[in-house]
Amino acid sequence: MKIYDAVVIGAGVTGCAVARELSRHEGRFLVAERAPDVCEGTSKANSAIIHAGFDAEPGTLKAEMNVRGNLMMDRLSKELDIPFKRIGALVVCLREEELPKLRDLYDRGIENGVPGLSLLSGDEARAIEPNLTDEVCGVLLAKSSGVVCPFELTLGLGESAAINGVEFLFDTKVSGLRRDGELWAVETGRGDILAKTVVNAAGVYAGELHNMVCGDKLHITPRKGEYCLLDKTAGGHVSHTVFQLPGKLGKGVLVSPTVHGNLLVGPTAMDVDDPETAATTAGGLKEVAEKSGWAVKNVPMRQVITSFMGLRAHEGKDDFILGESVEGFFDAAGIESPGLTSAPAIGEHIAKLIAEKLGLKPNRSFEPIRSGVPKVAEMPIAERAALIEKDPRYGNIICRCEEVSEGEILDAVKGVLGAKTLDGVKRRTRAGMGRCQAGFCSPRVMEILSRELSLDLTEIRKSGKDSQIVLEKTRKEVGPNGA
Amino acid sequence: MEHDIVIIGGGPAGLAAAIAAKEAGADDVLILEREKELGGILNQCIHNGFGLHTFKEELTGPEYAARYIEKARELKIPCLLSTTVVDLQREGGGVTVTSVSRQDGLLQTRTKAVILAMGCRERPRGALNIPGTRPAGIFSAGTAQRLVNLEGYMPGRRVVILGSGDIGLIMARRMTLEGAKVLCVAELQPYSGGLKRNIVQCLDDYGIPLKLSHTVVDIRGKERVSGVTIAKVGQDLKPIPGTEEEFECDTLLLSVGLLPENELSRAVGVDLAPVTGGPIVNESLETNIPGVFACGNVLHVHDLVDYVSQEAAQAGRNAAGYVLGRRASGGAGIPLVPAGAVRYTVPCTVDPARMDSEAVVRFRVGRNMRRAVVTLKAGDKELLRKKRPVMAPGEMEQLIIKRDWLTGSEGSLTLEAREEE
Amino acid sequence: MAFVELTCISCPLGCPLRVETDDEGRVLSVTGNTCRRGEEYGRKEVTAPTRTVTSTVRLTGGGSPVVSVRTREDIPKGKIFDVMAAIRSASVAAPVHIGDVVIPDIAGTGVDLIATAEREAV
Repeated sequence: MKIYDAVVIGAGVTGCAVARELSRHEGRFLVAERAPDVCEGTSKANSAIIHAGFDAEPGTLKAEMNVRGNLMMDRLSKELDIPFKRIGALVVCLREEELPKLRDLYDRGIENGVPGLSLLSGDEARAIEPNLTDEVCGVLLAKSSGVVCPFELTLGLGESAAINGVEFLFDTKVSGLRRDGELWAVETGRGDILAKTVVNAAGVYAGELHNMVCGDKLHITPRKGEYCLLDKTAGGHVSHTVFQLPGKLGKGVLVSPTVHGNLLVGPTAMDVDDPETAATTAGGLKEVAEKSGWAVKNVPMRQVITSFMGLRAHEGKDDFILGESVEGFFDAAGIESPGLTSAPAIGEHIAKLIAEKLGLKPNRSFEPIRSGVPKVAEMPIAERAALIEKDPRYGNIICRCEEVSEGEILDAVKGVLGAKTLDGVKRRTRAGMGRCQAGFCSPRVMEILSRELSLDLTEIRKSGKDSQIVLEKTRKEVGPNGA
Repeated sequence: MEHDIVIIGGGPAGLAAAIAAKEAGADDVLILEREKELGGILNQCIHNGFGLHTFKEELTGPEYAARYIEKARELKIPCLLSTTVVDLQREGGGVTVTSVSRQDGLLQTRTKAVILAMGCRERPRGALNIPGTRPAGIFSAGTAQRLVNLEGYMPGRRVVILGSGDIGLIMARRMTLEGAKVLCVAELQPYSGGLKRNIVQCLDDYGIPLKLSHTVVDIRGKERVSGVTIAKVGQDLKPIPGTEEEFECDTLLLSVGLLPENELSRAVGVDLAPVTGGPIVNESLETNIPGVFACGNVLHVHDLVDYVSQEAAQAGRNAAGYVLGRRASGGAGIPLVPAGAVRYTVPCTVDPARMDSEAVVRFRVGRNMRRAVVTLKAGDKELLRKKRPVMAPGEMEQLIIKRDWLTGSEGSLTLEAREEE
Repeated sequence: MAFVELTCISCPLGCPLRVETDDEGRVLSVTGNTCRRGEEYGRKEVTAPTRTVTSTVRLTGGGSPVVSVRTREDIPKGKIFDVMAAIRSASVAAPVHIGDVVIPDIAGTGVDLIATAEREAV
């Protein structure tokens, strides 16, 4: 039986980052994921911000990982061929008497080692961000803040790991963990997996996993946040990520351009019991709409194209839990905000601990470069024409809103960690993410998936195994007796 | 490549525009169509009821389209199929059309005139911000229609439909005939936007309840829809707490409105009207960009395809006139201002110097009215007064303006609809 | 005596009709209508309602799984599901042209089921 040097549980951004960093070493590594794809849990639905790092308490792991993760992002985005824009963030203060709190935030940022911080007056801020409301009386500008696509970051990390030999097992839920001599036996529906070390990167399930084997119990509370995503025509409403300074009115919501040019508004924050919950609520969506107007005026909420809900894995101690909690069991738990930003640094941190423990040698053939699906619509005309001439399928437009071609969808399906579902294609290519929300392209994408994966249309799923899209043929084959 | 007129879209609007342009003497007309066959959305509208005005018989969508496709073929109008236009830019006196396809690759076509005939798209769930989960089993009615009628697959077995637009009503019947159980059709407004005939023949015939002043307030189900909650809404169209009713179903179809598809119009700099979402046009159906015309559902959403064909033919003739130098271009003319219950008019301006002896004005009202009166005024002078026993938001109205009426008129024209006093 | 309530579909007015019939189903009166067409509609709808059925039939050799069809004329409303049953078990081979008879005299209605789309053999 195969014995892995490390099994990473969870193919979210943290798990994939750990996996990629592990693959810089020689060894056998595996990622086990309960969902059919990477990035199906907390990594999927969040604010998509690469935080500067002024928020976390100095001296915490959150502060350290955030600042380090932010620094790593330029190089990482180039190596992984993923979009990342350092658009800067504005933390706005709406009440004169709360200005000292803005100053505190600035001081904390300086202490955490955040570059590019400055304090602006309301008018100075409105000069660079004209849609800030008149109530804005002071602003912390953080130039190093940015936006990323959480899915592409996770997929990029995952595919890079896979290119460098890490195995991925999807649809594989870990049901138990037990010691087997010097090893861990990871119990799954596919049988036991033996490993020298285990990494707990299970997101909202990290508490459950940790508590199977550790004496000191973790309590991870899924904290729900609801968001609205607006059409690209609204994407230019602000040019920075606009946060509100938590104040008398409460926490507020952020208003930010996304890396793809839409406008994102949210999140609400509510603790929930059910880590499987995925429902938005009328109240939550109303709250998003109301609070959007506190710091930014005239947010065109009529241009909402979709709303969604994300979970954050909040741990009671309010810091990341990183490191070897029991012999050979490494936690990367309690990864709430700024988890997306911190993931690359967490990956480095955990991989280093494991490499030291097992004495792993460096992987001299490590390939840092990974290519994503080409964005044909964004190419210069001549380049696009040449590509279509080489492979005409790049000229066959499947998603009209986001202008995604058949060639790009095929790339997504045939990728290192290829798409198997409608959502998988959507996240890799943006087919179905536009203003018609897949009304036009879903039957066409289903046909491509059916052809490429040799499945009947009834076997094509939106994401999970029970998310069948069409249920049966209207006209069945008629036998010779008419049966 | 160079052409006189490029028509974007080979559905009912594009076909009628192409035919009319050719018949009016424009020789060099090209249709660009993104699907592998002509006909547009009509190909999936297999129900009957098309063409009563044009052909005096009831055709199905594909049959109606076929009449125009045949005519276009007779006239030898060239079409590039499976070809998606990705950009439109003004260049010199004309427009450069960038398109892509498998067979021809990336093409940049220079043209003197463009007719925008891209049609419309359905409003998705997100636009309504319906709370709940995001499982499989939520379809716009048109997507479901395509799956059933063209792909031959059933998207669900127990169905709730939100929105009583005609596509939703048609799909209620279609799904029922295919063995699905349609539990109800919920409509936010206190009236249906669909045709009476469809309410009777698609819902009443099969005992499907139409719940007016109701909406979906929750969607349940982790992976596939397992149920929806419907509640009554008050006059403010907000759900009334305590009126919730749960339905167990595997499918939610949305028929909640259509939006003109104007990405390309925007790219070329066409001004859009906020009410219709379509281009602002003059009486020649020409936009603010000289030589760029618009017709059909990309201009404003129509109720009957017959009117799309009529309007598109007008755009085709005018585009031909433009490229043949027979018709003046640019310059707005007299503004046509909607008043009372009139929500919008197409065109927005009328130029007596340029127009033919008559111009068609198409419009919609914003509420149901009985014993209505429609008036057209130039300043205080009443040019036209028409009684209408009933007017409804779901039905497009039209009237004719005669050039003679406008001699000596200045200022603006006002088109008003109101209840009779 | 019996009453049937209907919505008239002759025009957008949508008058609520009340059709009175005797024990043999003969129409005694139509009320609620505001025009002659309303009365005619009411009478026909109660005594002999008819509908056009449109659907699809399985297609072989035509590059798509189904081809659209309709009854050439209206059929009795009560026969809709019989017609659907016949449609469901039918199959047609490409090429198919608009107007081609797919099922003659479908479900004994005396009306032919015809194709409404062009499908060349591929």
